[in-house]
Amino acid sequence: MSALHQKSLRELAAGLAAREFSSVELAEHFLQRIRAFDHDLNCLITVCDKEALRQAGLADERIQKGEGGPLTGIPLIHKDIFCTRGVKTSCGSFMLDNFVSPYDATVVERLAGAGMVMLGKANMDEFAMGSSNETSHYGPVKNPWDTERVPGGSSGGSAAAVAARLAPAATGTDTGGSIRQPAALCGITGLKPTYGRVSRWGMIAFASSLDQAGPMARSAEDCALLLAAMAGFDEKDSTSANRPVDDYAAALEASVKGVRIGMVKEFFEEGLDAGMAAAMDEAMAALKKLGAELVEVSLPHSKYSVPAYYVVAPAECSSNLARFDGVRFGHRCKEPKDLEDLYKRSRSEGFGAEVKRRIMIGTYALSAGYYDAYYLKAQQVRQVIADDFREAFRRVDLLLGPASPETAFRLGEKSSDPVAMYLSDIYTIAVNLAGLPALSMPAPLVEGLPAGLQLIGNYFEEGRLLNVAHQLQRTTDWHLQTPGGYA
Amino acid sequence: MEWETVIGLEIHAQLTTRSKIFSGASTAFGAEPNTQACLVDLGFPGVLPVLNEQAVRKAVLFGTAIEAEIARRSVFARKNYFYPDLPKGYQISQYELPIVGRGHVEILLEGGAVKRIGVTRAHLEEDAGKSLHEDFHGYTGIDLNRAGTPLLEIVSEPDLRSAKEAVAYAKKIHQIVTYLGICDGNMQEGSFRMDANVSVRPRGEEKLGTRTELKNLNSFRFLERAINFEVERQIDLLESGSAVVQETRLYDAQKDETRSMRTKEEANDYRYFPDPDLLPLVVDDAFIEETVRDMPELPEARRRRFEEQYGLSPYDADVLTASRAAADYYEGVVAVAGDAKLAANWMMVELYGALNKAGLELSESPLSAEALGGLVLRIADDTISGKIAKSVFEEMWASGRSADAIIEEKGLKQITDSGAIEAIVDEVLAENAAQVENYRNADPKKQPKMLGFFVGQVMKKSQGKANPKQVNELLRKKLAG
Repeated sequence: MSALHQKSLRELAAGLAAREFSSVELAEHFLQRIRAFDHDLNCLITVCDKEALRQAGLADERIQKGEGGPLTGIPLIHKDIFCTRGVKTSCGSFMLDNFVSPYDATVVERLAGAGMVMLGKANMDEFAMGSSNETSHYGPVKNPWDTERVPGGSSGGSAAAVAARLAPAATGTDTGGSIRQPAALCGITGLKPTYGRVSRWGMIAFASSLDQAGPMARSAEDCALLLAAMAGFDEKDSTSANRPVDDYAAALEASVKGVRIGMVKEFFEEGLDAGMAAAMDEAMAALKKLGAELVEVSLPHSKYSVPAYYVVAPAECSSNLARFDGVRFGHRCKEPKDLEDLYKRSRSEGFGAEVKRRIMIGTYALSAGYYDAYYLKAQQVRQVIADDFREAFRRVDLLLGPASPETAFRLGEKSSDPVAMYLSDIYTIAVNLAGLPALSMPAPLVEGLPAGLQLIGNYFEEGRLLNVAHQLQRTTDWHLQTPGGYA
Repeated sequence: MEWETVIGLEIHAQLTTRSKIFSGASTAFGAEPNTQACLVDLGFPGVLPVLNEQAVRKAVLFGTAIEAEIARRSVFARKNYFYPDLPKGYQISQYELPIVGRGHVEILLEGGAVKRIGVTRAHLEEDAGKSLHEDFHGYTGIDLNRAGTPLLEIVSEPDLRSAKEAVAYAKKIHQIVTYLGICDGNMQEGSFRMDANVSVRPRGEEKLGTRTELKNLNSFRFLERAINFEVERQIDLLESGSAVVQETRLYDAQKDETRSMRTKEEANDYRYFPDPDLLPLVVDDAFIEETVRDMPELPEARRRRFEEQYGLSPYDADVLTASRAAADYYEGVVAVAGDAKLAANWMMVELYGALNKAGLELSESPLSAEALGGLVLRIADDTISGKIAKSVFEEMWASGRSADAIIEEKGLKQITDSGAIEAIVDEVLAENAAQVENYRNADPKKQPKMLGFFVGQVMKKSQGKANPKQVNELLRKKLAG
């Protein structure tokens, strides 16, 4: 029998149902691993020992009464961007270091409703702005595959925790690749759903038109179970999609034979690491073996996605972060002289450098006289990029490419060069601009480090994405590899 | 030089929805500070706005009433600026694409001419909270109860040429929104607020002069006075060779002057952009039809109906439809009294006179429409005379009791028994033989005037209760011999 922390969600649910172990034991097991490993990894900002055991106790009662569902009693970690009632919700920022949310995010509420047990809150780049988890006020997260390296970001704490088996599942959010890139760098499976599929209520906004919550776990199957509980219309979020949620678990079993997959030409050109390219080739060969048809497709405007993104996302963030003004919650400077002093010092002290940089970029882009040239133009580019995808999906069912141009880079390697950092999201950003669903799953290791294979689906085709990923995972073992010392 | 004044008004009408425009919190006025502000109104991390459909319906009603185009697709934008009573650091408003497009209203000028005033647009937005500067010992208090209250901002064309026209236009808009029931119109509570853009130019000049924006005009009187002050100030500046500075000015009612608040250079760059938390607002024909199906009657239509249905003069109809409250009150009186003209007279002369004297609004009247109707009914059915009715009215005003109760208790019922009246008439004629003799010998042309003496005597003897019409007829007959 495999160790508890190596079991899939289905195996855990089966074990709980058969009383092989209780939810309380499960929670204790993972809390024990957190105590053992997180001092080095720094995946969690807050650990909720007592509350986790209380929730696990309730889950055990539910299971005993035969009222458990597929996720009841299973522990998870929430990215610290999700509001959790009564628990510190910092968003990785000193600004919210003192903030205890008075309410639960819809994602939190739904997963709790399914009986999941929250172990704690995951570290992240400050306000989800970063690709390496180095912008967190709580210090960088270390990649369990090599603690000299970054886990990716911004959902780096979630990805590293799942990779190190500190939790069987975690939530993440993805504005420009923040689920897929850390999933790729940590060797786990992470899905960014279609914009609007999962409610944003209670998820602290970075760039509202791009933000989307999704599951992070070790396999596509686990992600399917999590997404089924997270997804769905929420009347509290006007941008959430009012359409039924597909049966993702049922969709997993379909054959891949004849599925047309488009290799995105632009994602394999210069800038892609050679080892990464080889890993992609191996993954594509495995897909062909399953009967998938691979063809080359082009997204001719994808090269504009990074510049368009770095106008739209900062513009929205400059407005979204205006509420952190030291007046009602969050950090307030000591003894403000007057109102302007209160604003200036509270915000200067509360926000880190990357957040300030983006607020300034965004403020500039929206200013009178620059709006048309920047924001409006970027929105037009966004439309052109979405049209590229529409065109591609006439020919193929799915798109494929790497999730990141290289494997995990070293801590500090890019922190002084923002543009180099921004380019690590070069393959993920276009998907957010178009609002499409996409996942990253482990490909073969490259020099001992994880490489992420990205699959992109058409709108609301999460089921098909998970299906192809699951079929690939049934016949390969890349997703089962565990970083040394965490097995 | 002769100067022409050019004015445009921006009116903020608070919409009478029960909950706020983007949250479920109550909009009721006067609650304890910060008790009607939910997490959305407080701008907490992670919260999102959801548009209140009732606010949209009210905007559609207004647009229809001013014959404006209703935009099938309109967009909410964020107006970004920092202020402590603006929790999110931005106000959600409509900017490039408002829900109500170009429309118009008509105002009556002095001398009776009608002038059409263009309404540029009307858009939905949320109100901010209130900053309270008193009683906090050097600090500012913030009350966010008002934050998120729905507003309809109604922007006029610069079609107004005097303070009087501006007031007539503002009153017309006030009349429309209160008739529609989309705004309670209460200016003391800030439900209806006005800003005026004022400039002057030499008569005949096409180009508009530099304008100033006047704020804090919370009554029609202040609107008129502030504009007049500002026009004079601008003309003085220009005539002395100076220039008008584009700026926002605050009206100080106590000093009756405007003073600079901030100049154009100090103005915020609001960095408007479409709010990504809200989808574009799409209204279809069915939604509009459903909304306007039960549209309340508008002032013009009601005025015409009053003339036709109740036979009122244009003047009376105008006065009685000045506000929806007045028109509703009047129809309440008629419903009980039956006699529409008599009802109009009693409401306009007695009731309005009494209200005026007491300094009360119609809404504060101690007499309900039903009560006044009950009194008018007793005049109409000859139970009491008009003269007695006046004393009954006074009694009703003071005690709040019904007309019938007072008439009953004081025995004021009119004498209509012809036998009883005849007895009194005979008595009076017998007691005044000399006057009877005079009357009979007088020129017939002078007789009607002389009749008054006898009528007076009979009324006095009957303590005012004899039916005057019967008294007159009987006296004429008997005096003719």
